[in-house]
Amino acid sequence: MPLVNGGKIVDDSFVKLAVDMPLPEGGDILVPAERFVSDADALLKRAGKVGVIWPNNRDIDELVPYLGKVAAVALVFPTFRDGRAYSQARLLRERYNYRGELRATGQILRDQFVFMLRAGFDSFEVKKQADAEAFMQTAKRYSVFYQPTGDGRVTALHRRMQLRHSEGVGT
Amino acid sequence: MYAYDEIDRTLVNERVSEFRDQVKRRLSGELTEDEFKILRLQNGVYLQLHAYMFRVAIPYGTLATNQLRALAHVARKYDRGYGHFTTRQNIQFNWIKLAELPDALADLAKVGIHAMQTSGNNMRNVTSDQWAGVAPGEIEDPRIWSELIRQHTTLHPEFSFLPRKFKIAITASDHDRAAIKIHDIGLRLIRNEKGETGFEVLVGGGLGRTPFIAKTIKHFVHGRDILSYIEAILRVYNQYGRRDNIYKARIKILVHELGIEKFSREVEEEWQHIRNSSLQIDDEVIEDIRSRFTYPAYEKLPHMPDELRQAAADRDFEAWRKNSVAPHKVQGYSIVTISLKPTGGPPGDATAEQMDALADLADKYSFGEIRVGHEQNLALPHVAKRDLPALWKTLDKLGLATPNVNLITDIIACPGLDYCSLANARSIPIAQELTRRFANHELANLIGRLHINISGCINACGHHHVGHIGILGVEKNGEEVYQITIGGRADESAALGNLIGPGVKFDEVADVIEDIVEAYLALRERPEELFIDTVKRLGVEPFKERVYATR
Repeated sequence: MPLVNGGKIVDDSFVKLAVDMPLPEGGDILVPAERFVSDADALLKRAGKVGVIWPNNRDIDELVPYLGKVAAVALVFPTFRDGRAYSQARLLRERYNYRGELRATGQILRDQFVFMLRAGFDSFEVKKQADAEAFMQTAKRYSVFYQPTGDGRVTALHRRMQLRHSEGVGT
Repeated sequence: MYAYDEIDRTLVNERVSEFRDQVKRRLSGELTEDEFKILRLQNGVYLQLHAYMFRVAIPYGTLATNQLRALAHVARKYDRGYGHFTTRQNIQFNWIKLAELPDALADLAKVGIHAMQTSGNNMRNVTSDQWAGVAPGEIEDPRIWSELIRQHTTLHPEFSFLPRKFKIAITASDHDRAAIKIHDIGLRLIRNEKGETGFEVLVGGGLGRTPFIAKTIKHFVHGRDILSYIEAILRVYNQYGRRDNIYKARIKILVHELGIEKFSREVEEEWQHIRNSSLQIDDEVIEDIRSRFTYPAYEKLPHMPDELRQAAADRDFEAWRKNSVAPHKVQGYSIVTISLKPTGGPPGDATAEQMDALADLADKYSFGEIRVGHEQNLALPHVAKRDLPALWKTLDKLGLATPNVNLITDIIACPGLDYCSLANARSIPIAQELTRRFANHELANLIGRLHINISGCINACGHHHVGHIGILGVEKNGEEVYQITIGGRADESAALGNLIGPGVKFDEVADVIEDIVEAYLALRERPEELFIDTVKRLGVEPFKERVYATR
């Protein structure tokens, strides 16, 4: 499954650790929430980056104390019609100022890229190779956004205000 | 009218091009039907019994004449020459081809019409009072706020994959024509004691398998905070709404399971985090939207012009005027409702020729504006009273002057088993038969205001729970059986109807309705007591006795 990060297809440095897999000595690991929470101190002490896979029905507040210490948070879309992780992503970015890698996992298709970028995701485990290759093109599909989110894109309402004011200056 | 600017137009065009790519990927097999389903639903495309069905949004029920002509064009070019107006200010085309859909959308985009989020588990077309901006006594034009919310809910990055569909309706009049109490969020525009504009917010209304009337969650939310308050409701719903069972996934179930107090506390807590964010709306933003709504340059006209006085001698004209013409906030003007319920016809259908002709009439007599109401009728919102006789003559020729607005034959019905893959029973033939039974205008007038609503399955697209008489078609042992309720209503006193007894067969429905009506005529205290008030006074029993005594 190709990983898109920073707009490009990249190698995934993280290994996903199952609940019962032995802890590798080095290397970057993505740990399921349950295991992470029960053993956070030990996990964070070892060499290599640690990320956490956070399910979409687990309260994000529980993750907040660790946000400064993890290198990545992977949120889950069990199917692409289940949109709970969009709310989790916005909370992490906009309320808790999480700045590390925010990865979308699960059923990720190109048709969600724009929504996900707007919600704060910057990393995508894309299901189909063709969708991963089309990432940049798809991400630019829209130039108009009606809602303010933490991604900083100018909303239609504000662009209209800017246009109004610049017109005002000219006349 | 709201005029799209370059920004709105760009977004609609970008959406069309995205959908064109999605259709292409589906036709090439790159997308599975399972994946494509969600994408097409977000663009208003259902797969029905015979073909794809295409649902187009008419935000807050306002149409310009070029837009109505574009809908006629789609009906003619891509469909079978007609369209069906729905109970949520949409129009549906029933025979569209998948490969042609992107072109149909592109044709509509040219006049600022789209089909975004007319189906799927997202925020649906924002609906409002079809008399917005012209009804006497309204607080202010609710379409300004409807448009603000339309923009905010369009392609929302957080709430496009909700547990289930989500519908918002807005009213600004004491008399609720937008049925806000049967919506996921209902907004009633009000002024507080300081004279500030805001909303009473209701939540958790809805019909379907488990009907609920919406409850007030907050008595006053200031206009500048309305987007953050809606966003807080949606965020709580998106995270905690049930996704394990499609029949328990609407927000009404979450509100019911948590209780309105606990639910409102959750929303309040979330709201406090976001109310002072960029979601807060400046007056300037509202003014900008307001400035793009244009209003007609009304003339100073007499209350009773000569043309109207002379036409009063014509009984047919008078019957129509008394039935279909309502007071306008400007003297000398009227709001004219166009009944799409001719005797024997499917409720809410209009042919391409009728749509084109109505567009011409709206240009001539209504400052180029048409409205669509949830009762599946249209309206011309600004007709000078002196023009009423001439307008009526043309409408009559077009088959659009049936004087039955709000009467027993002004039936709301879903498409039912004739089109819909979810339906268990037919709806349209029941409606057609009832319009024939009560075709006599004197009889219908004698009965007075009476709303019949028909749904062909438990999903309740015909809003049967809130019909004065509700008819629900179900399937029992391979046969269509109809359950009949009375006493429902969808207005400011919204209530769910009560079952009068065991279901009846297809062939018996019209007879049963006749029995109910006869019982009402015998039971009412005086001719002014409406059916709904008689039911309220007496309950179901006397009607039940009458219907089942001989069955």
